[in-house]
Order: sequence, then structure tokens, then C-alpha cells
Amino acid sequence: MKHSKIDFKDVQGLVRYGYGRLPESCFLLLEIISPRAARDWLKTLDVADAEELSTPPDFALQVAFTHSGLRKIGLSSEIADQFSQEFKTGIYEESRSKRLGDVGENAPREWQWGGDSDNTPHLMLMLYSVKGGLEARKNATVDGLSSAGLALRGCLTSADFGGVEPFGFKDGISQPTVDWDGKRKLDGRDELEYGNLVALGEFLLGHRNEYGKYTDRPLLDLANDPRGILAEAEDKPGKKDFAFNGTYLVFRQLQQHVGRFWKFLDDQVGGDRSERQRLAELMVGRKMGGEALAVKSSSPIPGIDSDKRDANQFTFSSDPDGTRCPFGAHVRRANPRNADLPDGTRGLLSKLIRTLGFGGKGFRGDLISSVRFHRILRRGVEYGEPLPVNDAIKNGGNEIGERGLHFICLNANISRQFEFIQGAWLSSTKFDGMTEESDPIIGNREAVSECPFTNSFSIPQEAGLRRRISGIPAFITVRGGSYFFLPGIRALRYLSSLETD
Amino acid sequence: MTPQSYFMVIAPVDLSRESSLRELLASMNHREGVVNPNNDVIPFGRFERLHFARLVLLKDQTRGDLGVIGAPQAELPVYLAFLCDFDGPLDSFMSELAGQCEAGLRRLFSHCQGFSNGTHLARWMKQHNQRSATAYVNWIGRTMRQVREEDALRQSLESYIDGNQASLSRLAPTEARRELVSFVKREREAGRVVLTEPDATPLSWRVSNAIHLLGVPIVLLLLTPFLLLYLPIFVIQLRRRERSDAEIAPRPDPDHAANLARLEDHFVSNQFSAMGSLKPGLFRRWTLSFILWVIDYTTRYIFNRGHLARVNTIHFARWVFLDNKQRLLFASNYDGGLDSYMDDFINKVGWGLNLVFSNGIGYPKTNWLILDGAKDEQKFKYFIRRHELPTEVWYDAHPGLTTVNLERNTLIREGLERSSMSEGEARDWLRLF
Ligand code: HEM
Repeated sequence: MKHSKIDFKDVQGLVRYGYGRLPESCFLLLEIISPRAARDWLKTLDVADAEELSTPPDFALQVAFTHSGLRKIGLSSEIADQFSQEFKTGIYEESRSKRLGDVGENAPREWQWGGDSDNTPHLMLMLYSVKGGLEARKNATVDGLSSAGLALRGCLTSADFGGVEPFGFKDGISQPTVDWDGKRKLDGRDELEYGNLVALGEFLLGHRNEYGKYTDRPLLDLANDPRGILAEAEDKPGKKDFAFNGTYLVFRQLQQHVGRFWKFLDDQVGGDRSERQRLAELMVGRKMGGEALAVKSSSPIPGIDSDKRDANQFTFSSDPDGTRCPFGAHVRRANPRNADLPDGTRGLLSKLIRTLGFGGKGFRGDLISSVRFHRILRRGVEYGEPLPVNDAIKNGGNEIGERGLHFICLNANISRQFEFIQGAWLSSTKFDGMTEESDPIIGNREAVSECPFTNSFSIPQEAGLRRRISGIPAFITVRGGSYFFLPGIRALRYLSSLETD
Repeated sequence: MTPQSYFMVIAPVDLSRESSLRELLASMNHREGVVNPNNDVIPFGRFERLHFARLVLLKDQTRGDLGVIGAPQAELPVYLAFLCDFDGPLDSFMSELAGQCEAGLRRLFSHCQGFSNGTHLARWMKQHNQRSATAYVNWIGRTMRQVREEDALRQSLESYIDGNQASLSRLAPTEARRELVSFVKREREAGRVVLTEPDATPLSWRVSNAIHLLGVPIVLLLLTPFLLLYLPIFVIQLRRRERSDAEIAPRPDPDHAANLARLEDHFVSNQFSAMGSLKPGLFRRWTLSFILWVIDYTTRYIFNRGHLARVNTIHFARWVFLDNKQRLLFASNYDGGLDSYMDDFINKVGWGLNLVFSNGIGYPKTNWLILDGAKDEQKFKYFIRRHELPTEVWYDAHPGLTTVNLERNTLIREGLERSSMSEGEARDWLRLF
């Protein structure tokens, strides 16, 4: 298919591909010692773009910068200051931590990396390779670092779990479909149905977002781009767009306590294997094999490919009481799959009634914000040794080694997309009319001022009264993280051509 | 039913004493953003009828915008504003407050111009009480006593259900409900659960409400011919302005944003205070006065049960004109973080925000008064943040409870008190837990 809207040669490949065919990966956290040498190195770096290749590649390299990294390599403060506040102040900023749930054991001061400005890398090199190829690539890259004016501050090695996350669930099923061709209208009108085709500008800067607007980003005068490397801003003629075809990359290293997870569930059901699995599936909101819990919709959903229909063609309209997929299940919190207005007919009167707030059924009828403004592209990879369920339980929940998710997501507006999902939906103890519980999988179970507890999970039942699990421990711990910027290919060339000290 | 009332005492600050005032305000907090309910200036926690209170210095950072659009900038005072939302009549609450916190209030107001040792406190407060153009109460008639009792009721029912999950789950909905009803009966008899009958609605309130309820439509009806005649002219005037009015929505200063962020997200609910100048001229002033008058009507009679149009996260809010309608103050108590609150606003009631705030200087460009404007998401968010003021002291009498929690608790209690229910009704009621 031809995509007229976009020059894939200017986009880093990760935006388009999850690199599932390159199952070995590692992420090098680097500090820039000599900006000059680093720029020369950047010139020679073979960064994979998003163009479709006739033969699948056996290796791909991506590069992302933190705000301090962009400054260090030579980007002027005048330009760098125009990035979003979240990116500039960093993931560890105190009030942000409260919203993200990074408190208690998850507080940035406990992190292995990224918890403050000193421990934040300047840039991250992401290496993806076919089976058996990573080691050599990595060694060659690391050997070349010192002559490139770079120092290795950390190496996060991923592991191939075969498309399953460490708790054992199939992952990577639901993603927004990026509207590469600009099919969406984006005229500011309400969308009356849930759709999975999402504006390009939600995932790449310099393009129109779901509001039909261009997300704020660094624009510069022509004089600041004497060699004419950068593209002109689509919305501001006469300005160069540094961030064009770039996006923000959120990285969080999430340790998963697989032993604790399965042991806890096992204890809840008195050792019944199928009950245990059922409970885990209710918490995630999908079966372990990936099947949806909610009923498949009869009509197709725009942006859901036909090969994904079985797993993805559903909304929660068919499950208003949460008796199939609990309101608090991870996937229901992470993507409530609603439209701009509560369900109703297309008539003008019905729209008016809903616009005035009288359209929702029951107290839960109209609580959740429109989901289309809060989508992310997930690009995470697992790390550590897999721990099979039986072993996890056998050891009484104690486990050796660390395993988890290198959670990675891409979005054009960190605060409206990643932070909103993480803060207002997953971590919130008040999501969708609930109380005393946060996300069953990633919630931190920390006390919230004046709320008695936050560690329960409600499972609505057909008969009416909920079943409620209490005393749930934290199943994940945040180990590190940072907000990065994943530049377009032209912007990388621009950075490498800067001439400052 | 006991209706809610509110006041906003406002007086110009003696600017030579601003820093001492700030120290005094800070002394009322445990730490920034977290009030000490037993502080010795105004021990809010002692007042059982009080829902929310705040003290905020109305120091307008955006007055300079007048200069940007080339309008004269009259020097306007910096005010100290003291806002309370509470149950029952204003007079008795204010007297109670003035009586119990006389020393503290005197210390506070001594930082204001024209307040001296000899001033009669209660009278002065009444004189300086500024009416709102629009006031919003999430649920008219829900008292603090009710909030407390219903939350205790829910908690005791939830633990009972947790403890008897297995046996309750085997019962049909009506039987399970009966079981819960008799549990509550036992708890009430033992004095562990208290559910007080609501007081009778005051006659004077009912009368004045009825007059207002009918009066406003009658006035509107009488005005209609004139409004219709004026409408084409209004549209021309509006469109001309909408084409030329300047947008002033730069990114908020990072230090300002950081100051605000420090005061936020200590609880599940938050405060919001913001002020700005109206666009100069009678057109905007009258338009806004009319709109707020109409909204005020709807908040009294239509949006008084849990939601303001589609927004269901606001506990109490008000719009107050200042300085002879040169400026507008907006103050609200809402659930969630500010960014998500703004997102909710844009997507759910963008049109309503435009109606009101597009009459303020610098607001993102609207069309036909309700279109666009807030839908310019980032400009709107910058505009809001830039006009926001740090709320120095903020008290919330039920800091762990969102509006939805309160509604759910009320529905639980109502269902409990119903004499009978069908299986379907009982099932829906049981789903509230
Ligand atoms: C270790 C932590 C996590 C685990 C084990 C986990 C697991 C899963 C699983 C098994 C799925 C279902 C598969 C799919 O729909 O593709 C899923 C979906 C999803 N998760 Fe997570 N997740 C984690 C953290 C997060 C975080 C931190 C976020 C975002 C802030 C997030 C956002 C999402 C989203 C948006 C979906 C797709 C929902 C949909 O579109 O239906 N997850 N996750």
C-alpha cells in the first residue's frame, strides 16, 4: 500500500514496527563525554528507518535522547526549551511521581536508573537483532563507544519470551492503528463510535492530532538551519520543524513479581488450577491466550484489521455491568473503548440530551473521558528468565532473579497520553466509579490520603453483589525509567551537523 | 432538605504586609497544599456544616494582557479572598465562624485595607461578602452529616459483605438485599450506624426558590421579543469580534507551573482558582452577565444532581465578578488531577467553557460563541494554567471521597430505605457495592 502522507525514510522504524521478528534486543544507556566526537559518531550511525524492505532486516538500530542529552550534544536551549514540560522536567519530578503512582517502593529515589538528573542517561541506543546475532553487534557497538565520546552507563538486556509477558499472558494484541494516510477527518466533531484508527499526530510530531491540531514542539527560524536539513513546519510556513516525524518515547523498567502473583492467586482459590487462572484472567481482562472477555461486536470497528478481529473487535458496551470483564481489569482501564458521547441513537435530540449530560445509564453512564485522545503505541519487551507458573507457586512465591517488562510506549503528548493512562486510569483508585482499588496488575497498593485502603479488586457478578479480593500485594516494582525523544532521521542528521562545543 | 450556602469574603490587601499575610496563611498548613484542619487561625475541622473552604490571594498575573491588546490598564487591588461552602443559612454560619475564630480571623483580616482593631468582625465580613454570578453545587441538599453517615454506612456494609461473601452470593437479589437491610437495622440499634432523617426544607428557601424558578422564565419570556430583535445585531457584533480578538495563550512560566503543581494532587480531589480580565467594552460584559445568569438558573434547577452538563467531577464551583465586572474569578473543587480535569472539560463541555471564558481576554479563538475555543487543546490548557492562582489554603471536609463516591453512597442509602424492590431493582442496587 502506498502512503502518500508520510516519508517513511524520515521516521525511525520503531514507530511503525514492533520488531517482533528481531527478538533479541538490548538498550544501551549512554552518557555523552565529548559532544564533538558524539556528533561525528552519530553521522556514521546506521539508524533503521520505517521504510518497508523487500527482505526483512536481521538487525535494527534506534536512537533516542533525553532532554539533557539533546542539550549536551549541542542543541541550543532556545530550541530545546520548546519541548514539552514533561520531557524537560523529566519523569522523576515530584508532583509527576504522585500522579504516576511512583511513590513508596516505586519512588524514583529507589530506581536503578533515571531516578534523578544525575542518573538519567543522555541517550539510549536500542539494538534489535535476529536470534543469535545480538551479542556480536552489541560488543562491536560497545567497543566503539569511547572513541565516539560516549560512556556506557547501563545496559538493559531483553529476553525473548515468545510473545508472552512474564505472568504468562499473550501480549501485544491490541494497538491503535496509525492513520498514515490521513483518512480521519479530524474536524473537531464528536465521534459517536469507538474507532481504532488514530490520527498520525498522536504518534508523530509535526502532523495533525486527534483535535486536528499540531502538538507544540520546537520550531526554529530558517537561519538556525543553514544547511537546510530540516523539514518546514506543516502548520507554520517559514519555520523549520525539528521534531517533525519524531515522537516521545516513555521507558519504564517494570519488575514483575511472578512468584508473588501466582502464589497470591493460588492462595485465594485454595490451589484450584483453573480457578487461579480464571482469576488472573479477570485481573488482566483477557484470557491467557489473548482472547477477549467481552463479547465480540457484530459490526466491524474501523482500524481493526481483519486478522485481529477475533481478539480485538469488541467494546465494553456489551458489558455495562462488568460481569464479563471487570471494570477494574487492566485492559479495561488501559483502553475503555468508548466514544465521545455515551451510547445512544444518532438522532439530534438524543445527541443533545447526551451533550447536556442526561444520556448515561446509571451512575457509571458517563464517567470516562473519550479514549481517542488517550492512546499509546506500546513497544515493550520482556527481560529476565521466564518463571513457569508451577515453579512460581512451588517456591512459596519466592523467586530467584529479576524479570519483568521493559515498558516502552510512543506518543506525541506524554501528559495527555501516557501520563493520563497511567495516572487517571491505571493508578487511580477512583476510576470508573470504583473505590479502594487501582489496577490489579500494575497498581502500587500505596495508601492514598484519607482513603482506607487501595488493595482490593472487585469482580461484578451476575447475581448483583460483587466478589471482592482484598489485601492484594504489589505485583510490579518500578526499577527505572526516563522520558526520551525519538527524533526523525533528518533531525538526527541536524544534530550530527551542529557546530558547538 | 437542607440547602447549601456559600460566601466569599473579599478585601484589598495592605500590600506592605503581604509577606506577613503569606506567612500567616502558610502557618495554617501542615505542608504546602495540605491544610492543618485544626490550625489555630481557622480550625476548619470544628465546623461540622462546612464542606470546603479556601483562602487565596487574588494577585492577577495576567493584567498585562490588557496592554497587549492596547486597552488601558487601571490599577486594581490585590485581594484576599476567603471562600466557604456549607450547609444551612449564611447568617448563622458566619456568626458561628466569627464567634469561634474571632482572634484568628482578626489576625487575617488585619492584613486588609480598612480593617482595624475596632472593626466589628461579623458585620465587616457580611459587608465584604461578594455574591457569585453563578454558583454550582454538585448535589443540592446533601449535607455534611449525610456525607459522613452514608460513607460510614457503605464501609460497614462493604465489610459485612466481604465477611459473608460465600453465603450472600448464594441468595437471590431480593433475599441478599433483605439480609443487608436487617444487618443495617441491627447496626443502627447497636448505635454503630447512624442515619439521621433529613431536616425539613426551610419554608423561606422554598418560597424564594419557587419565585426564582418561575420568575426567570417569565422575565426571559418578556424579554424574548427584544432579544430576537437584537439577535442579528448580536451575531454581527459577535462575529466581528471573534475574527479580530487576540489570542494570548503562551506557555505558562515554568516556575509558575511548578508552584501550582506543588499544591496539587495531595488528595483524590483538588482545588482550582483562576482569574482574568474581561475583554473591554459593554458587549462582552453584558453577554457574560446574561450567560452566567442563565447558567445559574440551570445549576439551581437542572444540574443539581451529580453533574454539570457532562462533567461529574465538580463538588462546588463558582464564577464571581470582581471590580465592577472588569474581572472574573472562577473557583472550583474537583476530583482528579488538573490535566485530566482539563481534558474532561474540553471533550465534554468545550462548548460551555467557550460560552463563558471566551469573554475573557486572550482566550483561544471561538466561532459562534460555542465552537472551537477550548478544542484548541494546548492553547486552552496554557490559557487555564496561566490564569490559575496558587490557592494558599484549601480545606476539604471529605478528602477521600469523589463526587461519584458520594453519589454511590447516597444511592446505597436510598435503596436501603426503599420498602420493597423487584429482583431486577435489587440486583441493580447490589451492584453499587
Ligand atoms: C508489567 C506491567 C504490565 C503488564 C504485565 C501488562 C500486561 C498487559 C497485557 C497482558 C495486555 C493484554 C494484551 C493486549 O491487549 O495487547 C495489556 C494491554 C495493555 N496495556 Fe498493559 N501491562 C503492563 C503495564 C502497562 C502500562 C504501564 C501501561 C500504560 C501506562 C499499559 C497499557 C496497556 C494498554 C494501553 C493495553 C491495551 C489495551 C487495549 O487496547 O485493549 N500496560 N497489558
